[in-house]
Amino acid sequence: MQYLLLLYANEQGWDSLTPAQQQQGAAAYMAYTEALQKSGALKGSNRLQPTSTATTVRNDNGKAQVLDGPYADSKEQLGGYYLIEAADLDAAIAWANRCPGAGHGTIEVRPVWEM
Amino acid sequence: MSPNEGDDQARSTADAVARRSYGKLVAFLAARTRDVAAAEDALSEAFASALTDWPRSGCPSNPEAWLMLVARRKLIDLGRRQRSGEIAAEDLRLIAEGLDAASADAAHEPQCLGGDGWPGEADAIIPDQRLALMFACAHPAIDPGIRSPLILQVVLGLDAASIASAFLMSPAAMGKRLVRAKHKIRQAGVPFRIPEREELADRLEYVLDAIYAAFAEGWVDPTGADVARRDLAEEALFLGRLVAGLLPTAAEALGLLALMLHAEARRPARRNADGEYVPLAEQDPELWDARMIEEAEELLRRASMLGNIGRYQLEAALQSAHVDHRRSGRADWQAAVRLYDALFELTRSPVVAINRTLAIDGLHGPDAALEALPDSASDARLLEYQPYWAARAALLTRASRYGEASDAYEVAIGLERDPAVRRFLQRRQAMLATPKPES
Repeated sequence: MQYLLLLYANEQGWDSLTPAQQQQGAAAYMAYTEALQKSGALKGSNRLQPTSTATTVRNDNGKAQVLDGPYADSKEQLGGYYLIEAADLDAAIAWANRCPGAGHGTIEVRPVWEM
Repeated sequence: MSPNEGDDQARSTADAVARRSYGKLVAFLAARTRDVAAAEDALSEAFASALTDWPRSGCPSNPEAWLMLVARRKLIDLGRRQRSGEIAAEDLRLIAEGLDAASADAAHEPQCLGGDGWPGEADAIIPDQRLALMFACAHPAIDPGIRSPLILQVVLGLDAASIASAFLMSPAAMGKRLVRAKHKIRQAGVPFRIPEREELADRLEYVLDAIYAAFAEGWVDPTGADVARRDLAEEALFLGRLVAGLLPTAAEALGLLALMLHAEARRPARRNADGEYVPLAEQDPELWDARMIEEAEELLRRASMLGNIGRYQLEAALQSAHVDHRRSGRADWQAAVRLYDALFELTRSPVVAINRTLAIDGLHGPDAALEALPDSASDARLLEYQPYWAARAALLTRASRYGEASDAYEVAIGLERDPAVRRFLQRRQAMLATPKPES
């Protein structure tokens, strides 16, 4: 099965880190991504620009309603994702638990709708 | 044989298979696809086919394997009907693989089962994955409030309405949450497996609670006259043995089995020859099943050596103390109060608090016990709880406060559903009219 790991964290947190801490954090993510890749589980991954860059779009009766800002204002924001292949939910949870994001935020595990 | 006889035999064989094998068949059919709802649907269609087919062509020699084959065909049909690929070809191949062995033995010889006759080979060819299914239901990704009800439904085939009453929920709400949980197991890919040691303790709790709830439902029928309920207690004991056997170092699993065996051992003594209720204190210990009690004691000894105390071990230990008290004529009230204290610490249950007062009565007398009785002003549920009023009435009687005791019996009688228990309470109340001071 495929699962999307959605990484939520307080995006202010990153800016408050010292450059050394940021470097350490980036290295942890790189190592994690590497591990996913080596095991063959990685299907895709990206880090997202902060929610200050977000735009929401909704189509009301054929007219685009475009708004500045993220879909939901929350304490922790979506900051990136991993799309992984895993045998079952326990395997997906194990990967989510290893993700550096689980240490400073919350990871939502969502099965992909298989067609 | 007349067509009606054939009908009856087919029905009773189908009933016997349903009771014995329902959970096993669901677990096996759903283990690979994780689609519990589809397995349940396919199985109920297979049972319906059995009821039309068996009276005509005779019961199969291995009804379990027959049902499995038909259910598998229904699953394939279901997959075709859905056409969405939700039951993928790979899933069907996996199901078929496991079933090939089963089908070899499903020769259609006319041979119906009597009450106890059961082909042992059926157990050998269909692997028992009930425990894995139960742990899938108890997975942390499943809503905690629905885990135990879900286990009861998928393993014992209880309907939402009867589970709802046991868990104080409306049948509609229970039905909805059960459907949602099954959907989650399938779509999120919750695995069917027994968890590793470190995850085991948290999940085992829900499995044990479900088994105990099934046992308690079965226990409501004291004489064992109601076949469905008696089977529920038997099923619970069977599952309890299964879990304790597979997890011999899980102290609480041993504790639960010990508790159920202690209760079951007393079944023959709970009613007298006239069908009247006999309270524990007046039961004839000779009528208790000594073999079950011995097994319970042994389990409890093994559990205590594992050094992981819990609710079920404490409750079993209290049962053990009751047995000891009745057999030896000597009560260790101090030990009983200590056990109740520990149990209350763990559960905070008003039911435990009520039972505790009876041990306090033994230790310090009725006035101290009445003092310790939980206050109905602080917990309104007690006002509708028969054992609260019965305990209160008994303690007031012991304290020679007969007027108040009679009033309390009146409420207890009004709340009781079981006619035999009601008559018992009425006799106790009537005895107050000619009070004799107790020793």
